[in-house]
Amino acid sequence: MTTILDPTNEKAPVERQLAARHGEITGRLAILDIAKPRGNILLDKFEVLLAERLPNVTINRYRKPTFTKPAPDALRAEIKAENDFLIEGLAD
Amino acid sequence: MPESAQLLAPFSLADDKGIDVSFDGGQQTLLCFVKEDCPTCRTVIPVLKALFDAGVNILVIGQTVLGNNKLIEAFDLPFPILNDEKLKVSFAYDIETVPTLIHADKNGKQVELQEGFVKSDWQALTKSLVDAGTDIELDWDSLPDWRPGCGSLSVDPIIADKLRAEAENSPLRARKIEIAPADDEFEFMFDQGFSDGLPIVPPTPERVIRMLSGTTRDPQEVIATVAPNLAEATVEKIAINAVMAGCKPEYLPVVIASVQAACTDEFNIHGVMATTMGASPVMVVNGPIREKIGMNMKLSALGQGNRANATIGRALRLVIRNIGGAVPGGTERPTLGNPMKFTMCFAEWEERSPWEPLHVERGFAADENVVTLFCMTSGPTLVVDQTSLEASQLASSMAMSLESTHHPKSYMSSDTLLVVCPEHVDTIMRTTGYTKQRLKDEILEATRRPTKDLVQDHKSGVGIPKEKFASMPEEFQNGQLTKFASAKDIHVVIAGSDAGKFSGAFHGWVTGPGGSIVVSQKIED
Repeated sequence: MTTILDPTNEKAPVERQLAARHGEITGRLAILDIAKPRGNILLDKFEVLLAERLPNVTINRYRKPTFTKPAPDALRAEIKAENDFLIEGLAD
Repeated sequence: MPESAQLLAPFSLADDKGIDVSFDGGQQTLLCFVKEDCPTCRTVIPVLKALFDAGVNILVIGQTVLGNNKLIEAFDLPFPILNDEKLKVSFAYDIETVPTLIHADKNGKQVELQEGFVKSDWQALTKSLVDAGTDIELDWDSLPDWRPGCGSLSVDPIIADKLRAEAENSPLRARKIEIAPADDEFEFMFDQGFSDGLPIVPPTPERVIRMLSGTTRDPQEVIATVAPNLAEATVEKIAINAVMAGCKPEYLPVVIASVQAACTDEFNIHGVMATTMGASPVMVVNGPIREKIGMNMKLSALGQGNRANATIGRALRLVIRNIGGAVPGGTERPTLGNPMKFTMCFAEWEERSPWEPLHVERGFAADENVVTLFCMTSGPTLVVDQTSLEASQLASSMAMSLESTHHPKSYMSSDTLLVVCPEHVDTIMRTTGYTKQRLKDEILEATRRPTKDLVQDHKSGVGIPKEKFASMPEEFQNGQLTKFASAKDIHVVIAGSDAGKFSGAFHGWVTGPGGSIVVSQKIED
């Protein structure tokens, strides 16, 4: 672990900020399969349930080449360009 | 080294079997600091062994786990070696050399200290520790008369700064930020908004400690209040930003002085950062420190390639960003911005100048170190003049170029920092006795234009509004104006390589109390 000293005036907390929450899912929704075995079965079912609850939302499916590595840049760019929201199955 | 009769600090360290062993006085003890790869330490091990066999209370402190184990195995030691791999005890005891032997009395006070191995001294100490008239079982003749010790790991420059940063009396007070092992530290710092857009050096405590060695100031001294957040810039905070910028410790005094200058009411760093004109400080360094820290004042003085020039200017900018909070899109609102906002710092080539250098002109002694801040919005705009042959001709040629400052019809509002190149100096000095003041005066005079030529017209909306012009007295209407309000608004320094007739001018922002005024600040150690 690297420790650094805060270069700022320390008026703001140092943390990773979450993206703004909208309170409602609209538009285009990505579901990202990280390629864990059988994860697709869960996500398939999840997609069906979401489609029922969110009939006006377009659902797009994506899959990482492997769960062991971060998603390739091109895939991240593709997801970002084509969607407004993302649901990612992080692990088992 | 601890002074004689000094009370030794108690400590507790695990031995090679993981059992905590404490030193807290209470009985006479010999402390010996060793490291395995030191030949002298290996020389003294048999002596320590013999002392232990004679019943002397011994604590041997080793500086690496691997080394300790090697010593135990190689010498079949009957006593443990305490593990000081974090070097906290070695650091606290200010150990510079191994072996260091400290004789502590039963009250925990230091009686004697020996560094390295001097056989006669060790023999004398041995005799004082064991029963009178006896000697330990040791073949003293097999030992050398004298061996110097080796450097303690705790004074290894790389390790020592870390130990100083982590010591109980560490001067550091800034909030510590732990970056998770899975995080890339460079990406993390970008994400936190600490960077100007280029990678920054992680300001680890040991790097900041090293940076602080560049000044004699107290790390908690408040140097300035930095706009727009009106936050206090301590020496420590400035040092952190100097580390990030890539500065060496010896640059720190220049950075500190530049922060002082920038945060004056005259320089008005808040306005400089906030203006949509995209202004930025230009730093000119004068005095002996230029050579001492290796600044560039010659070929490519205003360009890249010199660490001091590049990082000092960048450090000031990071201080304003991180401590002051001036961030593009926040209070920093430049329409275009300009690359000088990353860094712009150079030194004057005083020795190549026929005139007094900038800082002397501004009231400082020649041997004082001074940084001068000028607020620029454009430039360096070249005066490409390879054909003027004498001073006055070149002065008026420069003036024609300077008329473009802001706009050719924009008069009396700005100032300029004219960087005269050596070949232009040579051209000027073909006129014997030509002074810097005369250069400024002739430039100013050559910009003089009829006021009526500066009125707005169909070719340019920039200029004196027609209604305003019409309301002015006849004397004004028929008069003339110069580009700058006075020759004092033309600042002249010498820099650049000996080849090329290309001087450069930084165009100012709005000069005067409503804008930014040039500020010079003495650089203190």
